[in-house]
Amino acid sequence: MAHLSSDQALPAPIAVGGPQATPRRRTRPCLAPAVTRYLLVPAALVGAWQAACSLGVVDPAVIASPIEVAQAGVRLAKEGVLWTDLSVSARRAALGFALGLVVGVVTGVTAGLWQRAESVIDSPIQILNTIPFLALVPLFILWFGIGEKPKVILIATGAAIPIYLNLVSAIRNVDVRLIEMAQTLGVSRRRLVGRVLLPGALPGTLVGLRMALAFSVIGLVAAEQINADAGIGYMMEAARQFLRTDEIFLGLALYALFGLAASAFVTLLERLLLAWQPRFAGR
Amino acid sequence: MSAAVEVQGVSRRFGARVVLDDLSLTVEPEEFVALMGPSGCGKSTLLRLLARLDRPDEGRVVVPGRHAIAFQEPRLLPWEKVWRNVGFGLTGPGVRERALAALREVGLEHVADAWPKTLSGGEAQRAALARALALDPELLLLDEPFAAVDALTRLRLHALVRDLRTRHLPAILLVTHDVDEAIALADRIDVIGGGRIREQFAVQLSDAERRDGPARAELRDRLLHALGAELDAPARSFREPVSTKGP
Repeated sequence: MAHLSSDQALPAPIAVGGPQATPRRRTRPCLAPAVTRYLLVPAALVGAWQAACSLGVVDPAVIASPIEVAQAGVRLAKEGVLWTDLSVSARRAALGFALGLVVGVVTGVTAGLWQRAESVIDSPIQILNTIPFLALVPLFILWFGIGEKPKVILIATGAAIPIYLNLVSAIRNVDVRLIEMAQTLGVSRRRLVGRVLLPGALPGTLVGLRMALAFSVIGLVAAEQINADAGIGYMMEAARQFLRTDEIFLGLALYALFGLAASAFVTLLERLLLAWQPRFAGR
Repeated sequence: MSAAVEVQGVSRRFGARVVLDDLSLTVEPEEFVALMGPSGCGKSTLLRLLARLDRPDEGRVVVPGRHAIAFQEPRLLPWEKVWRNVGFGLTGPGVRERALAALREVGLEHVADAWPKTLSGGEAQRAALARALALDPELLLLDEPFAAVDALTRLRLHALVRDLRTRHLPAILLVTHDVDEAIALADRIDVIGGGRIREQFAVQLSDAERRDGPARAELRDRLLHALGAELDAPARSFREPVSTKGP
């Protein structure tokens, strides 16, 4: 019978008649590391930051204390601008990321499955990949003006490239022995793609997705520095003009929250989609 | 009834290396043939030709439409539950029921809903065997499927293969390095050397004789001699490219 280590992801218990030494059942990982990671460590960092400010170790004009940042947040929320800026930024990032995801997945799957398509699509994207995508900002302003369009397209560009690159390489790296196995069973091309190639490419694609989300936030920051009339970047730009360090820090904290949310989203996807994969969780 | 496998004058080269050289082989329906030979003699190449994963440079290969192969590794899709893997080659209605029936035959019904990576090596090979049998093949190709499991598990798998054989009656072609495995299972043992079938041994032993006794010992010696002699023979599989041009 199979020997199971305690933290392997396993399906629900299976009822069997015969005696079985090891119950096939998922054991919950210990909660303590999660508490440490998501509560204790951030709390300690913020506490140290506050202490440094309160004790006068740092100049309040240079670094705002966590309490001041929180107060700035409450103030801007009461004025009603915080929610507007936040939703404008979130909408930009989501639209750009969604567009990039669609473009990246469509081109990636096409190029991954058809060599002919790859020979057409691949070089332009490889060339684009050698240019830091933020360097496209002036060009996009020229092409698409200064409204929402260049911002969304910039974010989409940043997101599409890592998805494309990782998807193509993930499809090409699917274990050739599994492909052979499918061939010997005489399965249709559709089944080969749907049940061997695409699921096999999923782990690599999720790596690309994680990068794409990070690039979306980077693209968002860059896009909002140019001619924005709303959004977190606009809020920070205004704060700079009035020397409001606390509001600048608030903007940074909000961007960090975007990044955290994106990371948590991919981790959740990995849990859901890669349940079949026993992973090394570190020691 | 025509033969289950008909291989006539097959050659396969990889660059200047001649792996199969004018090889001919016939396997009758319901016959169990073991293929033996030193590493690199072309056993697996031949099996790949029969599984239609490769084409011969020359010659003719005829296999039944319904054939299946079990590889050295289980080759289960890690992202599909065991029963989905077993039903992977099946189409039409009742895939789950048919897959479960195949799993029941190899004694793995209880792990139908487990992920393949949670199976032991022996369980995974049994699942791979179930996947092949689910197609109800007329020809079953086995490419050293028991090489990577421990001795005790291997014996259990041998018993399982004998049992499955009597129920499904496919023709079976087993590639193995293990003389004892070949004697335990096969009706005929073919030794490959120099890119063709060098010697054939009919195994006309009762079940008891296959396990132990003078007849078994004698056959084992002859087989080892045939295989050992092969090792001492000049390496015919490496040749100048000029001489590989067939008629």
